[in-house]
Amino acid sequence: MSEIPILSILIFIPVVGIFFMLLIRNNDDQSSQNLKHTALWITFLNFFISLSLLFSFDLNNPDFQFVENYAWIESGISYHLGIDGVSILFVILTTMLVPICILASYESIKFSVKEYLISFLALETFMIGVFCSLDLVLFYLFFEGGLIPMFLIIGIWGGERRVYSTFKFFLYTLAGSVFMLLAIIYIFISTGTTDVETLLVYNFTSNEQLILWIAFFTSFMVKIPMWPFHTWLPDAHVEAPTAGSVILAGVLLKMAGYGFIRFSIGFFPDASEFFAPFIFSLSVIAIIVTSLIALVQEDMKKLIAYSSVAHMGFVTLGIFTFTVQGIEGGIIQMISHGIVSAALFLCVGVVYDRLHTREIARYGGLVSKMPFYSFSFMIFILASLGLPGTSGFVGEFLVLLSIFTVNTYFAIFATTGVVLAATYSLWLYRRIIFGAIIKDDLSEMFDLTRREMIIFVPLIVLTIFIGLYPKPIINIIEPSTEKIVNQIKMKLD
Amino acid sequence: MQNLIYILPEIFLFIVATVLLITGLFLKNIKLINSLSIFSLLVTVILIFNQPFQSAFLNSFVVDEFSLVLKVMIVVGSIASLIMFVSSKDDLNINIYEFPILIIFSTIGMMVMVSANDLLAMFIGLELQSLSLYVLAALNRNSLLSSEAGIKYFILGALSSGLLLFGISYIYGFSGNTNFNLIAVNINPESLGLIIGIVFVLAGLAFKVSAVPFHMWTPDVYQGAPTPITGFFALAPKIAAMGLLVRFLFNSFGEIYIDWQQIIFFISIASMMLAAFAAIAQTNLKRLMAYSSIGHIGYALIGVACFTDEGLRSLLIYLMIYLIMNITVFAFLLSLKRNDGYFENISDLSGMHKNHPLRTMLIALIMFSLAGIPPLAGFFGKFYIFVAAIESEMLFLAVIGVIASVISAFYYLRIVKVMYFDEPKEEFDGSSIRSLNLLYYPSSILIIIFFIYPSPVINISEYAIQSII
Repeated sequence: MSEIPILSILIFIPVVGIFFMLLIRNNDDQSSQNLKHTALWITFLNFFISLSLLFSFDLNNPDFQFVENYAWIESGISYHLGIDGVSILFVILTTMLVPICILASYESIKFSVKEYLISFLALETFMIGVFCSLDLVLFYLFFEGGLIPMFLIIGIWGGERRVYSTFKFFLYTLAGSVFMLLAIIYIFISTGTTDVETLLVYNFTSNEQLILWIAFFTSFMVKIPMWPFHTWLPDAHVEAPTAGSVILAGVLLKMAGYGFIRFSIGFFPDASEFFAPFIFSLSVIAIIVTSLIALVQEDMKKLIAYSSVAHMGFVTLGIFTFTVQGIEGGIIQMISHGIVSAALFLCVGVVYDRLHTREIARYGGLVSKMPFYSFSFMIFILASLGLPGTSGFVGEFLVLLSIFTVNTYFAIFATTGVVLAATYSLWLYRRIIFGAIIKDDLSEMFDLTRREMIIFVPLIVLTIFIGLYPKPIINIIEPSTEKIVNQIKMKLD
Repeated sequence: MQNLIYILPEIFLFIVATVLLITGLFLKNIKLINSLSIFSLLVTVILIFNQPFQSAFLNSFVVDEFSLVLKVMIVVGSIASLIMFVSSKDDLNINIYEFPILIIFSTIGMMVMVSANDLLAMFIGLELQSLSLYVLAALNRNSLLSSEAGIKYFILGALSSGLLLFGISYIYGFSGNTNFNLIAVNINPESLGLIIGIVFVLAGLAFKVSAVPFHMWTPDVYQGAPTPITGFFALAPKIAAMGLLVRFLFNSFGEIYIDWQQIIFFISIASMMLAAFAAIAQTNLKRLMAYSSIGHIGYALIGVACFTDEGLRSLLIYLMIYLIMNITVFAFLLSLKRNDGYFENISDLSGMHKNHPLRTMLIALIMFSLAGIPPLAGFFGKFYIFVAAIESEMLFLAVIGVIASVISAFYYLRIVKVMYFDEPKEEFDGSSIRSLNLLYYPSSILIIIFFIYPSPVINISEYAIQSII
């Protein structure tokens, strides 16, 4: 198995797919249907290949596996790929969400289908690349490259204010990331390499750490996003097409969380420890403030977008406790949020396709017309607020547990976020699903189609499975997390 | 006589140009003359490759690795603009057979520039290049804009040549030599007169590379000149002047680099920042490209300011990528034709992805590349520039550079926005652009797949700089 460059295959199958797509004509309904099928099969194929990773993954090995290392630009900067327990789940999350996204856009994308699918395939390449790359320049390449297709996805197929939103998204994240580029170059010059494995055991002086940490932090802070730099996210989410929101919430935000675990605390433990209270404060503020903002939203997508910021607050809280529990909690929270918030955006997409509005007040009483939809929506809402038995609970619980061991005050404030999450989520659910049908056009709403069922079933299964039996997930994550924590402890001593 | 071998490519081109000039009088077949010019430029490339590395004419003319690489780049730029010319001459109303000949003359001037190792050789090359360019800018006699561009360029260019000559006289006066190497030997670091000389020469050269604050002519000339000529302005002369700048500063004033470094430092920052902000308000694509080239020159100058191997290497990588990107952009500009008229406004691109999906996709990627977004080639150009800047501890330059690149991303994105997000307009003609596709597709694909195998460009740059430091 180790002979096959399976990660490269995963990364470049979508690129091959793009070539296929370019060959298919795009002039009538039939051919655009063909395009969609082709893209779906390509991404499905990728998903199955990524599942094979799970089977050949060595659970007891905390190091990087499936490693590929080729000379690329010059000595020090190489094409170096590999995954460990931290990144493997993100790769699978990505390959799972992309076919779902393509399936979800079967009906809603009416024009320029070819460009749309090409953008998605390109985006998949970049996203998988981010989680697999073990070289900082390669990482940056994938991290930033993802902006191009996302810019087009929001800008071409988005809502009314799409141009404003997509520019904001692009320039915000670009401005954040360029300082990371400078930091990467500095690392390259002072250590002579950008190889992650080498750098993980390299000791930066504490002054270097502070500066470099800040540079990496600006990039990840904007991307994850943390309060007060989260304002691009609601705009981008609201204007993006459903599938765009799904990918944005499901994977793009996780790239920053992954970056925090791999680079910020891995390379710069001293600085991370120094800045941890700062991160905790920002996270707690984010959890409380954005939860309160979510409470007053009148747009469904905006509400879920703000709740994403709050959930990401838990992730950063967990990561910067430097405990095994905390980091595990952060990762599980990210995976769970990747499934749940993606599903929530899909839920919004379902009713948006029927009524073409996201205004909460326009809805009400859907339960009588759409029972299956109401059921799925309920599962995801409950998972989002962290009900025990759903995936949302596991992550939040581990994070809160670890933060209590570090600092009680932050823990207390963070816990109020859980209450607030329950408030805005349940209120949203009540306003949309329950009550009497007042609006006439709502009585013509029909329940989930078969295509939509196919989309929701795996997500529901995963949400409940992870909630009830998180052991397999933890088994995958634990060895690598322990290794990271030990490394930090060693460097700190 | 021995010396003549070292300037064989230049002599060859000169003979070709003269013969073509006379033939053109009788033949009036512009296409043939153009094809012959392209052919002889290709022959020149072979001649350049076969030249022995030597210095000639009492060391005032050097043939080395550096000049070889730059000359090839210049000739490639000239060939590209000749191809652009032949595909657009009828519609632009520039059916003038002198065009290819003037391009060749200017190319000779540029080849002399990059080989010049003496203040006089430098001035001769520069003037031959500039005088041909003045005429080229005003080539479209029926167009008011073109004549205005020519006059403007001529007056400002003459002024800058005057400044340059003034600086040269100071340097000669205070060092007693005109040869770069002899100046370096006899340099007196304390001499104020020498510094004044350097400042004036740099002002003249900054004009030629259109760096701020000597950039004022660029937008007007870019807009006014016929597009193939604008393309030529953006491609070859910038590279030649940059090569000259490097040789002048590195060979003769390496010892007092502290003094000139701050000048380059300033014009680099000023170019990057001014271009980033000024380009935002532009509505004309050629004007926008003018500001874009000012900005790119600002980045390239970071490589000069570093005064290290790394800096020089990054400069050459940057120039090569810049050359290829600009070939694509200008080939693209010439394909914007509807009902026999050319369009130059950004708003004319509106929604063109509906009618020309592939062409739009490629140019959109080129725009991202110009903005320096990975994984496209433009990113690697900037990457190496920043590596060089940080290595020589010029963090400030690197920080300004990244900030300017974020700001300039805005105006490149605006073009993508207009092409993709806005309502579509009429289709563009696709008939006359077949020869342009020859430029457009290969160069844009080179930019896109550059990241897979970047080593050739890096190796070429390393090969070129070994003769300078």
